Amino acid sequence: MAEILVIAEQRDGAFRSASLEAIAAAKSVKGGDGKLAVAIVAADPDALVGDVSVEGVDEVIAIKAGSNDFQPDLMEAVVAALAEARQPALIVAAHGVDAWSYAPVAAAKLGFGFASDVQALRYEDGELVATRAGYAEKVRVDLDFPGKEVVLVTIRTNVFDPAGGAGAPTVTAMDAPACDVSTAHVGWKQPEDAGGIDIPGSDFIVSIGRGVGDESKVEQFLELADQLGATLGCSRPIADNGWLPKARQVGQSGQLAANCRLYIAMGVSGSVQHQWGMKHVETIVAVNTDPEASIFSIARYGVVGDMFEIAEELENHF
Amino acid sequence: MKILVAVKQVSILDDEFEMRDDGRGVDADFFEKDLNEFDHFAVEEALLIKEAAGEGAEVVVVTVGDDEADDALRTALAKGAERGIRVWDDSLAEVDSIAIAKVLAKVVEREAPDMVFTGAQSADFGHATTGMALAGLLGWPHAAVVSKLDFVPGAATATLHRELEGGLEEIMTIQCPAVLSIQLGINQPRYASLRGIRQAKQKPVEELDLDALGLGGGAVTSASRVRRMYAPEKGQAEIIEGTVAEQAARLAEIIKELRGI
Ligand SMILES: Cc1cc2nc3c(=O)[nH]c(=O)nc-3n(C[C@H](O)[C@H](O)[C@H](O)COP(=O)(O)OP(=O)(O)OC[C@H]3O[C@@H](n4cnc5c(N)ncnc54)[C@H](O)[C@@H]3O)c2cc1C
Repeated sequence: MAEILVIAEQRDGAFRSASLEAIAAAKSVKGGDGKLAVAIVAADPDALVGDVSVEGVDEVIAIKAGSNDFQPDLMEAVVAALAEARQPALIVAAHGVDAWSYAPVAAAKLGFGFASDVQALRYEDGELVATRAGYAEKVRVDLDFPGKEVVLVTIRTNVFDPAGGAGAPTVTAMDAPACDVSTAHVGWKQPEDAGGIDIPGSDFIVSIGRGVGDESKVEQFLELADQLGATLGCSRPIADNGWLPKARQVGQSGQLAANCRLYIAMGVSGSVQHQWGMKHVETIVAVNTDPEASIFSIARYGVVGDMFEIAEELENHF
Repeated sequence: MKILVAVKQVSILDDEFEMRDDGRGVDADFFEKDLNEFDHFAVEEALLIKEAAGEGAEVVVVTVGDDEADDALRTALAKGAERGIRVWDDSLAEVDSIAIAKVLAKVVEREAPDMVFTGAQSADFGHATTGMALAGLLGWPHAAVVSKLDFVPGAATATLHRELEGGLEEIMTIQCPAVLSIQLGINQPRYASLRGIRQAKQKPVEELDLDALGLGGGAVTSASRVRRMYAPEKGQAEIIEGTVAEQAARLAEIIKELRGI
């Protein structure tokens, strides 16, 4: 078995735990005699070696860079250098926003096989097969990579359990390859103050999506949530339109419903980015007019129907 | 000053659909087509920059797609883009995003724009690949998921925000020209006016095949191939049947039980 290489990530020096899910995905196709190496690029990579020294990792490649800044050009140069030196059959990274900026670039430049947002990996008759979703999560697609010696995949978050357990990898130190960079870090902008809205702390959330249709219809759901004793959440388009404050947005670029036990999604299709914030909730109830909406695939209870009709009737019970 | 925006006509599945007999796609009878949601924001961002730049500035929209994709171009032209380019060849019917990027790269070389925008991803498959792969092939600076942009045509660098997880944003500068993938919410996309829609019909759309781009003879290869496509296993959801009143009553019961009321 050829080597599998995972590109782990840090942001501003802090380890990105999604990388442990990428390691888990790599382990899922690592044969008994295979080798798994994890590379991490940082100003002080030694400080992050412990984070990736989990069971199943044979080697950590600690790559010293001039700073912790995310530089897509540098990450691409790292991928190219490691691919050249190690000849891995498979390179794995987490499907986070940083990888969006460098993984397709490296794959296109270097002529690798490529698949993004992958949820399962396996070998079928010796050929690598990657599974991902399509058509707004309504289908699954199995991809293969004919004729490709190296395949790069990015792994969807919250699918693989993060790799854990103590490992005892060898550590190889390396300097980041020299390269010209075309971007420069200026600063960070933190999300706006939540103004007392507490999605992460709420144990009961009623969430509305684009199915609400019109700004004038939002108020009645604020009232409904209030009446039920729930916090009103929303999907991204509702916040982008300014119909509700950003602090109510559930999902990858919004809030994680960390303490929620009951989540009622009304007129939400169930995009992967929305699911990121709520898929883990124990009881999810979906109300949607489309019986094929992917939100039903993660729900405990479903109502195929109109959110307004259901909302109106529901009020009578509280 | 010219901004090139690559757009996609996405396929939206009907509420019910069937797979193709070969098990590698969905039967085309069950599609509706529309301009990718993310591309509305990319087109708008280009139009805003053009309007601020004044005379002589141009927004060109390009798509790789069959004649059904013309609607995507017309939508962008109706909003105010100057002209469109549509590249098609039947051999492209099953290619992946990296192959599409190879085609777009040739168009970019031909047009030599000051900036290239794409949507952050397409709403149908969410590969988030085409734009950045295009940058890789061109060797251009690039940033994905751009949620704010400050670009003055002619300047050597632009300042942008990259939207990261949890609503955090990174502010960075980037050398120009660059390829940027544009995130939802970066602006408020306009609707086309009736006048715009009428005018769009008169605007030029150039149709190119692969030979015209020097890409004939199987030069456009994919980085992956669809082995099979299938409906996922149904979830465990218990579907609550009955009249609306009955459904709501059951829902109320579930809520009360779980909330201990
Ligand atoms: C980097 C990135 C980050 C993102 N972050 C987030 C995020 O944090 N949160 C987030 O939500 N999205 C996020 N998105 C956007 C995401 O991809 C989707 O566009 C978004 O989640 C769709 O929202 P929606 O489900 O409300 O809308 P749609 O997908 O349009 O779904 C609307 C649903 O309403 C149903 N419906 C319509 N009318 C009715 C009715 N009367 N009654 C009942 N149902 C009805 C429809 O059947 C449909 O299923 C992000 C995208 C990117 C690229």
